[in-house]
Amino acid sequence: MSRQPNRLASGGLVDRNKPQLFRFDGQPYQGFAGDTLASALLANGVSLFGRSFKYHRPRGLLSAGPEEPNALVELRSGARREPNTRATVAELYDGLEATSQNRWPSLRFDAMAVNQLFAPIFAAGFYYKTFMWPAAFWEKLYEPIIRRAAGLGRPAGSEDPDHYEKAFAHCDVLVIGSGPAGLMAALAAGRSGARVIIAEEDFRLGGRLICDRREVDGVPSVEWVARIASELEAMPEVRVMLRTSVFGVYDGGVYGALERVNDHVAVPPEFQPRQRMWRIMTRETILAAGSIERPVVFGDNDRPGVMMAGSVRTYTNRFAVAPGTRAAVFANNDDAARTIGDLEAAGVHVDAVIDPRPGSTDSVRSAARKAGSELIEGAIERATGGQRVQSVDVRSNGSTRSLSVDLVAMSGGWSPTVHLTSHQGSRPVWDDQLSAFLPGQTLPPGMTVAGAATGQFSLEACLAAGAAAGLDAAGRCGFRRAQLAVPSADPESTAVSPLWRVRGTKGKAFVDFQNDVAASDVELAEREGFRSVEHLKRYTTLGMATDQGKTANVNGLALMAEITAKSISQTGTTIFRPPYTPVAIGALAGHHRGEHFKPTRLTAGHAWAKRQGAVFVESGVWMRAAYFPRPGENDWLETTIREVNTVRSAVGVCDVSTLGKIDVQGRDAGKFLDFVYCNTFSTLAIGKARYGVMLREDGFAMDDGTTSRLAEDHYVVTTTTANAAKVMQHMEFCHQVLLPHLDVQMISISDQWAQYAIAGPKSRAVLQKIVDPRHDISNEAFPFMAAAEISLKGGIPARLFRISFSGEMAYELAVPAGFGEAAIVEIIKAGQEFGIAPYGLEALTVMRIEKGHVAGAEFNGQTTARDFGLGKMVSTKKEFVGRVMAQREALTQPDRPILVGLRPIEEGFRLRSGAHLLNRGAEPSLDNDQGYVTSTTYSPTLRSWIGLAFMKSGKERTGDTVRAWDAIRGTDALVEVVGPCFYDPKGERHHG
Amino acid sequence: MRIVCPFCGARDAQEFSYLGDASLQQRPDTPAGAPLDDAAHAAWHDYVYLRENPPGEHTEFWYHASGCRQWLKVTRHMRTHAISNVEAARPSSLRGAA
Ligand SMILES: [Zn+2]
Repeated sequence: MSRQPNRLASGGLVDRNKPQLFRFDGQPYQGFAGDTLASALLANGVSLFGRSFKYHRPRGLLSAGPEEPNALVELRSGARREPNTRATVAELYDGLEATSQNRWPSLRFDAMAVNQLFAPIFAAGFYYKTFMWPAAFWEKLYEPIIRRAAGLGRPAGSEDPDHYEKAFAHCDVLVIGSGPAGLMAALAAGRSGARVIIAEEDFRLGGRLICDRREVDGVPSVEWVARIASELEAMPEVRVMLRTSVFGVYDGGVYGALERVNDHVAVPPEFQPRQRMWRIMTRETILAAGSIERPVVFGDNDRPGVMMAGSVRTYTNRFAVAPGTRAAVFANNDDAARTIGDLEAAGVHVDAVIDPRPGSTDSVRSAARKAGSELIEGAIERATGGQRVQSVDVRSNGSTRSLSVDLVAMSGGWSPTVHLTSHQGSRPVWDDQLSAFLPGQTLPPGMTVAGAATGQFSLEACLAAGAAAGLDAAGRCGFRRAQLAVPSADPESTAVSPLWRVRGTKGKAFVDFQNDVAASDVELAEREGFRSVEHLKRYTTLGMATDQGKTANVNGLALMAEITAKSISQTGTTIFRPPYTPVAIGALAGHHRGEHFKPTRLTAGHAWAKRQGAVFVESGVWMRAAYFPRPGENDWLETTIREVNTVRSAVGVCDVSTLGKIDVQGRDAGKFLDFVYCNTFSTLAIGKARYGVMLREDGFAMDDGTTSRLAEDHYVVTTTTANAAKVMQHMEFCHQVLLPHLDVQMISISDQWAQYAIAGPKSRAVLQKIVDPRHDISNEAFPFMAAAEISLKGGIPARLFRISFSGEMAYELAVPAGFGEAAIVEIIKAGQEFGIAPYGLEALTVMRIEKGHVAGAEFNGQTTARDFGLGKMVSTKKEFVGRVMAQREALTQPDRPILVGLRPIEEGFRLRSGAHLLNRGAEPSLDNDQGYVTSTTYSPTLRSWIGLAFMKSGKERTGDTVRAWDAIRGTDALVEVVGPCFYDPKGERHHG
Repeated sequence: MRIVCPFCGARDAQEFSYLGDASLQQRPDTPAGAPLDDAAHAAWHDYVYLRENPPGEHTEFWYHASGCRQWLKVTRHMRTHAISNVEAARPSSLRGAA
């Protein structure tokens, strides 16, 4: 066990009484509560965190925050393994396991590091140029090599055992960030009475106030933060959300935020999610996201030990870790003074302060003097060392010398975190004075930006701007602005002069660390004509991947501007899009995965069917019984054959509750249905049912079903299971939009009524036993296509329809859903003496194909009523949806494919859907195509496989023998063209 | 995105399904039984297949599927998504009468 050699004896926001044991690459370490994985490893003297993407160069920590490009690790193990996690934001917990990635075989010795030797060929556009030819080499040769050589972490490869939630929140003022500006904004809005949410991606409030040693209101900044935090926590209308990253701005004041509820524990407690996706609805938003420090582009600036100066201060001050022993500070701004002071306070001697600005500034000079550091006017040309920086070459006054250091704290200035301001299309604007991109002119509605995110880099300015923004936002929401004094802060200088890169350096000068894009790649892109920022990004991959160029973009643009002798504002910038930081797919999916991907609907008879041993199948959102196996039956086909034979010879019962049912009432109900269907319903007699086909406005068939008229102004429409919701929406559209003057109302009653098909020669006999005797259901009184409201078993309300899908004498009996289970029990009981059996979707399908009824496979969006052989049904006398377009030339051509039946010539041949029809001797080609098979089944009634197909001039070709050519299954069989109705084509049986 | 339904108030866009260009309300009037001339075919072709997609304000149909089941005409700016007006597709005068 390591003893944390780099941990300072005191200070910091870590709890030395709470040691946390963890492993990195199998090695055990100890850190403290309050650490990140990065700070804990640094405390243990670990400086090598990973290997770079292309060149496999050794990489350490560049930063201490979400912008980290280098220190990506795989967190956890097994099914919980999470690749590409930034060690700088991974909160340490007891038992944490992390593994370095993109190294082989080990982090210290990486065989792929030889890629560095070939760096010239890995330059920008390398993949585009090298692997273009021959195309056949891609899959077998290039891709596997690239995948091994380049890449990040490995996904878990098994199902995520944790769950994720989605939640909604509403507020008046959303404050993003909890640095000085964010805290003041939340305080101001909260004291004014607004409902406030303050979201902080860290696990602690404070932003830079807990990373720098500042003074606010006369107390150390850490104390001031604690005071404000407790006041915010005490306000009932203020909600403080830690570990919550606001990652996107959406329309209408909607913000996406990811709360890492349990990422800081090994396993989430029972019934708790790992992460929660928030949709925050807000009226006003204050973006106080701070700023991100920029690296300086010099030779081998990626050596472990070369770090951002502000992050060095974060490690010394917040985490009480000394990131080195002898440091060089290299900065173009006055933050250097603070860096020198903090390093000295942490016991790290600053050997040299390198300032490219002529004469430096008072504040830097005095800090250097106080620390006994040599102040050098010049620049670092190159860092040297392998897995850790050992020295730097410093150029000053035309000569270069080497300084031995193990830590370089660099700063190229700060870039405001403007990302969220451009999520709705606004481009950031360059400010020469501040050497920074500032938020553009048009912010997302309701957003204001305060503090460093808008270029206010001094603490006092941040506090004041936050307070003003909070009061203004609350005021705009109608609250009275509270009285609020802006606290004082210790003085500072924020002077900065741009320095983008050190010219004439040897070694690779990295611009984008994560993508291994060096200054030379930007130069190459320029030479090859990829000068626009969008081209630069795609050609070099600058600004891509998990960090989206948070530390790289501005330097990349500045370099391109310098090379092309343009200003940065002329060069432009790429636009930031959501998400600000990576969001796991699991969090976006929430509970919608596996069987919960969509809701599951069960019919009222489901539990009964389950008790009968039914095998269920998903049908849209419904679970439907597919078949009811009995002991001794070997497969679904055997069961299905028995079920079909039972219906055809005796009686069967099938749950058809999943059909869509729509109740249509009103004086104009008939007129309305005439408009919705291609055939006529206003002429339907009361107490009768009729089959109808509905067209889309483009003339193609949309849905079908039977509609019954129960009263002058009352119809009950049925739709197919799959289209129930779509038809309802369509009918509402027809009424509300197209025929608003009609007096008609409709409502879905699919869930309110359970419905059973009772089919077979004995069906009436069964029903007569349960229908109350006052209802005459004899063949004469209740013939084929009759419909009535009746009652069962002494008063249970029901509806009876004499309709048949199977071709047998059949009824559909509807009961209120609450009686659904009782009804099926009674039907079975009554049918016992006639040999009744329940049948499922399989038998239903067999019988509908035997009868040539069209269903889902035939309603494929390319077929018309005429194609179904139902052309005569289509009214020519009235207006209806699809009427005109159905008369288009191509939809009415006589040789257009029409529904036919097919029977294989060879006995026992299994016909399959999808096969195409060809004339004998014809080559398979589009020109020779005669049609296609849509539905097939084994017909127990005909003892043969049969099929339905759409075939050119199909009617005229009855009796012909053609080929069913199935390229996918490799079959080519002769079939006879027959009429689509295989069973009882005269329809004698259903008349009973 | 949020849509202020005139019947239900401000609701998440997830509750609605989208149809597009509200000019669909102007269905060509071609009397049944009359022969279809070129003009009728052209009018129907435009009605069924052509949709406006202006870079500014646009009125479109949204259906409040998980709410009041009313078809709404939503006027939305296609560049900013800012919604300036929402009304029921079926005029309120008719709704009262039905
Ligand atoms: Zn509504």
